[in-house]
This record gives sequence, C-alpha cells and structure tokens, in this order.
Amino acid sequence: MENQIFELQYAMDTFYFLICGALVMWMAAGFAMLEAGLVRAKNTTEILTKNVALFAIACTMYLIVGYQLMYGGGLFLSGVTTVAQMDDAAIAQVLADSAEAGFDGDSVYSGASDFFFQVVFVATAMSIVSGAVAERMKLWAFLIFAIFMTGVIYPMEGGWTWGGNSVFGLFELSYSDYAGSGIVHLAGATAALAGVMLLGPRKGKYGKDGSIKPIPGANLPLATLGTFILWMGWFGFNGGSTLKLGGIGVANEVANVFLNTNAAAAGGLIAAMIVARIMFGKTDLTMCLNGALAGLVAITAEPADPSPLLATIIGAIGGVIVVFSIVTLDKLKIDDPVGAISVHGVVGLFGIFAVLFSDPDATFGGQLVGALVIFVWVFVASLIVWGALKAIMGLRVPEELEDEGLDLADCGMEAYPEFVTAK
Amino acid sequence: MKLVTAIIKPFKLDDVRESLSEIGVQGITVTEVKGFGRQKGHTELYRGAEYVVDFLPKVKLEVAISDALLDQTLEAISKAANTGKIGDGKIFVSDLSQIIRIRTGESGDEAI
Repeated sequence: MENQIFELQYAMDTFYFLICGALVMWMAAGFAMLEAGLVRAKNTTEILTKNVALFAIACTMYLIVGYQLMYGGGLFLSGVTTVAQMDDAAIAQVLADSAEAGFDGDSVYSGASDFFFQVVFVATAMSIVSGAVAERMKLWAFLIFAIFMTGVIYPMEGGWTWGGNSVFGLFELSYSDYAGSGIVHLAGATAALAGVMLLGPRKGKYGKDGSIKPIPGANLPLATLGTFILWMGWFGFNGGSTLKLGGIGVANEVANVFLNTNAAAAGGLIAAMIVARIMFGKTDLTMCLNGALAGLVAITAEPADPSPLLATIIGAIGGVIVVFSIVTLDKLKIDDPVGAISVHGVVGLFGIFAVLFSDPDATFGGQLVGALVIFVWVFVASLIVWGALKAIMGLRVPEELEDEGLDLADCGMEAYPEFVTAK
Repeated sequence: MKLVTAIIKPFKLDDVRESLSEIGVQGITVTEVKGFGRQKGHTELYRGAEYVVDFLPKVKLEVAISDALLDQTLEAISKAANTGKIGDGKIFVSDLSQIIRIRTGESGDEAI
C-alpha cells in the first residue's frame, strides 16, 4: 500500500514538472510576441528568427553540456534514465529512495522530467537578451553568443546556486532564489547589458544634443498578447519551482505560489500604469505591459512565503522601479527597445532582496553575495564572448542595412510583404 | 474627361461615397495617405520620449468623370466631406486625356 502511494507521488510530481515545463516553454511564445510587437515592422522577421532559434539552441546546448555543468546530469544527458533503463531494479530503487525521503520529504521524480523543467528556464534566461539587442545586431553574432550562454555561462551560475556546487571550489553560497529572479532574470539582463554596451544604440535613437528619439513598436496587439502569454507561463515558472505537488502542505504551497505570482503581476501593472500616467500625462500601454512583467520578476525569488497583500505590494514596487529604470537607462544612452534590462535586471535585483520581506531563513549578506556572484560572473563572461564576437565578426549590421531593416539584411524575408512578384 | 482627386478626412469616406453614388458616379479608387496642410500635427509620447506627428491620416479618392458631371461631383464631395474644422481637405481637378476599360477595350466617355 505504501509503495502504491509512492508510485502515485512519483507520477504526480513527474507530471507536475512536465506540465510546468510546458507552461514555461509557452513563455517563449510570449517573449517572441512581445518583442515582435515592440520593434519596427522592418525588423520583425529577424527578432522572430532569433527567438525560435535561441530556444532550439538552448535546448540543445543544455542537453549536450549545460545540464552536466549545472547538475551533473551527464554529457548528452547520459545520466538521465531512459525508458529502456527503467527496469524492475530501477523501479525498486525509486521506491527505496521514496521510502527514505518519506511522504513529506523531497520528491522523487523522473530525471527526464527534471531536465525538461530545467531546460526551459535556460531558454527563458537567453530570451531576455534578444529584446535588448534588437534592431541592430547581426543575427549570427547573437546565435553564437546563445551557444555560450546556454552551454556554459548560465549553467555555471545555476550550478553555484540551485546546483549546490561551490563557486570555483572556493566557497559556498547561502543564497535563496525560489524560481530565479537572480539566477534567470538578473543573469539574462546582465548578459544583455554587456551586449548592449558593446553594441551601441540604434541609429538615430540619441541626438547629439541629448535628445531621445522614440522608435515606436509596430504591433501593440502582439506585444499585449505576448505579455499575457508570459503571465500565464509564469505560473509554471514559479509554480513548478516548488518541485513537488503530492502532499497537503506542498500542494497548498503551490496554490499560494500561483496566487502570489498573479497578485504580483497585477500589482506591478497597476503601479506602472499610475506612475506612467503621472510622469507622462498619458497612460502608456507599453509601460503597463512592462509593469506586469516587472511584478512577475519581483516575486519570482520568493513567491511562496508572502501573504497575498505583500505579494501585490512587492509586484507594485517592481512596477514603480521599472518605469524609472526605463527612463533612466535612456538618459544613460543604454538603448533597450523592449525594456528587458529594466524589467529583468533592475527589478530582478530588487526581487533578490524582496525575499527578505518574508523568508526568515534568508540573510541580507547571503542575498548580496549571491547577487554579486551572479552579476560579476555573467557580466565578465558575457563581455568576453561579446568582445570576441565583435573582434572576429562584428556585432552590428552595416548602417545602410540597419536603415533598410534586418528582415532583408539578415533573413531575406519581410514580415509583412507586399507587392511581391515571382521571378 | 476629368480626373477629380480629393483628400478628405478618413471618417468621411462613407458619406462621400454615398453622395457620389447619388449623382451617378460609378467607380472610385481609394488610397490611405498621410498629409498635412495648414492643420498642424500633434505631440505624442512613447515611453517618456516626446515626438511630433506632422503627418495625419487622410484618405485620397480618385474619380474619373465626364466633363458634364464635373460641377455636381465637386459639390457632392465638398458637401459630404465638410466638417467646418481645419483639416477637411482639398479637391484637385485635372484633365484626363484617355481612359480605357481593360475588359472590353472601350475608350473615352464609354469607358467611364
């Protein structure tokens, strides 16, 4: 009887990972639509290509080497149990592990489902970069960077945090990050920042007199759709990070995670909407969208412990921060077409410290060291890779091609073609 | 034969089309355009940065008519497109030297 319950727990927890992984995969569609909506029509095909390709590269590089670096899952996933390997002996071992952990202990689940859940997080981190470098970076420079980010840079810092590895064998971190405000979001934004610093702003974005020229996005319905898709996918992102479902206490935790995640998004959107309305005199939809995402990022490091009210407030603080951050980055001439560095980096950093509002076991020092380690590692490693790419192949498309649009320059294909004739 | 080109406010298109059909004009071509005359543009904000939109959306219609219908056409368009506010638009009349109906090959007044 006890074994049957263990089997059910195994199945439920495995299933839970798979569903949450699928929801996080859906966030890739969210990023693609959000970014496609906030760039100009002539650059749409290119950003869509970047988004689909980075997802595929992330899945493949993490399979080849990333998972091994982060969790020791074996190169090419040699450590993950295949269908053929799940024989009676393996099943008996699972039951023994479950018995040792007990009903309320750490969950025991399929290794393949663990990989599946983890790999979509890698893709999310990489996806943050694509928006910040949009409209002027060479497609292949970006994709080659993605190979390094998803194969090495992310897995290393993921290993030091979730993987429990010591940092270069020197020291351990005592850093708390439930679903990855720092590990995923700050990391992605840091890689983006390094890239944007070496890349430069879009042509014509900043005037010599210090003026900032707006470059409006071509499709706000897509941007809004993308935001809602990300919002929904985030339930898997935060919800799955509970890592277990089968049990009363843990099921309740999962429910609170979903509730708080949603509350934070709502708080973020309302706060950003109000701040933008006060600052600009009009209600800027793109700020509302960034506000909702900021709320989501802010709660991601600790979505379980806060009360619903506190979660809403944490999200709202994220929403306030993001509006000021977007305006400030523009003043610093850091051109970020979709606000990725603000939403994921600046608010990601806030999210790391927001853990202290509700988690009694987290420490300021632990969070600070963790944030610094992630930031310094990702920034330096990214700078090296971007720098090498800049020296070898150049990061930017030539100016005339930037004018013409990257769809024609890099993809040979317009997103909204008209008047095409066959040869 | 005359080619009458009118730039009007987009929401007036249906009114103009109806009043042209009432006087017997059978075909028109419509293009979405942007433009300005003495109507100034306005300022917009995108993520905190201000920009000026000088070009306002308008609709351009082109109608080919026989000389006899010219005055009625001008009156029909003017009345239907008028709002009394700046930005109502303009009508341009030019001479048409030839018209051909592609399906049948008819030309001149029969092709209108």
